[in-house]
Amino acid sequence: MPGKPRLTYLNGRGRMEPIRWLLAAAGVEFEEIFLETKEQYDKLIKDGFLLFQQVPLVEIDGMKMVQTRAILSYIAGKYDLYGKDLKERALIDMYVEGISDLMQMILMFPFSPLDAKEKNLDSIKERAINRYFPVFEKALKQHGQDFLVGNKFSWADVQLIEAILAVEEKIPAVLSGFPQLQAFKTKMSNMPTIKKFLQPGSPRKPPPDDHYVETVLKVFKK
Amino acid sequence: MAGKPKLHYTKGRGKMESIRWLLAAAGVEFEEEFIETKEDLEKLRNEGVLLFEQVPMVEIDGMRMVQTRAILSYLAAKYNLYGKDLKERAWIDMYVEGTTDLMGMIMYLPFQPADAKEKNLALITERATTRYFPVYEKALKDHGQDYLVGNKLSWADIHLLEAILMAEECKPDILSAFPLLQ
Repeated sequence: MPGKPRLTYLNGRGRMEPIRWLLAAAGVEFEEIFLETKEQYDKLIKDGFLLFQQVPLVEIDGMKMVQTRAILSYIAGKYDLYGKDLKERALIDMYVEGISDLMQMILMFPFSPLDAKEKNLDSIKERAINRYFPVFEKALKQHGQDFLVGNKFSWADVQLIEAILAVEEKIPAVLSGFPQLQAFKTKMSNMPTIKKFLQPGSPRKPPPDDHYVETVLKVFKK
Repeated sequence: MAGKPKLHYTKGRGKMESIRWLLAAAGVEFEEEFIETKEDLEKLRNEGVLLFEQVPMVEIDGMRMVQTRAILSYLAAKYNLYGKDLKERAWIDMYVEGTTDLMGMIMYLPFQPADAKEKNLALITERATTRYFPVYEKALKDHGQDYLVGNKLSWADIHLLEAILMAEECKPDILSAFPLLQ
């Protein structure tokens, strides 16, 4: 099916943001439909568009794809961002899954009760600094290459730059102990497709605010 | 690296079970090393063999693989259970993510407080019978083939079987409305 991929989600980051990042990094233009009301969402379900009654939904190549990971894997495979062989793919998958766990904490953060927010922020900081960032710092140091896997730009690099920027929004000095990651951040931010995505007016969505949280709760209310 | 894959986990299903299923379905023998105490886990961490300090960890083909999905994807591709092209892989991935979500609910059941168990069990039954099983029932009905994707055994079929058996352990007659799944 010719035409651009079409993304259906709320007008905010959530689970769709990594998909926006990956498409943008691959230089692929896409369209977006934003869910603003419960009625729109119910209609999608009723019309049979959502395999498991959930979004994200990405219409691409004649498929109505759902499930974030499935969508990301497909895009990575299609646009040659998934390594050159099975072992590189395995490493990319491991890296991406780890980063995804960290991003999950950030995803859920706006929805945590007020009295839990400080504790959750500390958890994010602790995990980023002690569990996740050291792994990538070490990988980059060991091979001395610009990209995480196979000396070639891949999904893992896109996922990592997204995560670094997301954590920095909450903890500005988080990269202070990670010189390799600082250099990585600069290099990735200057890659043409990513540079374009980081400019105002791109499909990149702002950090979640109260209005976004309200919309999520409204649209997905049972 | 010659030799069987070696699995590191606690002696129970948890997140490792889907990996055991996939290896077994592919006819691959494997070894297991069980973590029984906190010290066992700390030892692995101190040895630096756990990329993100977590298990499951599978030693295979010279790698120490972690992250369940990464391991499962690698095994599926290695043993030819991942479809014949990118689009079949996309369908397998979508189906597997669905059964993963369902099995995830069941996996956490033993860790719920006693007073929440009944409510969660009801939710599992509801999700299984209204959200997940209808999808696979319909897929099988629509193409009339034995397997979910591409008329060939794949990871999606193995994962679904595992999910069905787990769901039946929760509620024995859960497949009553799904003749094709039966």
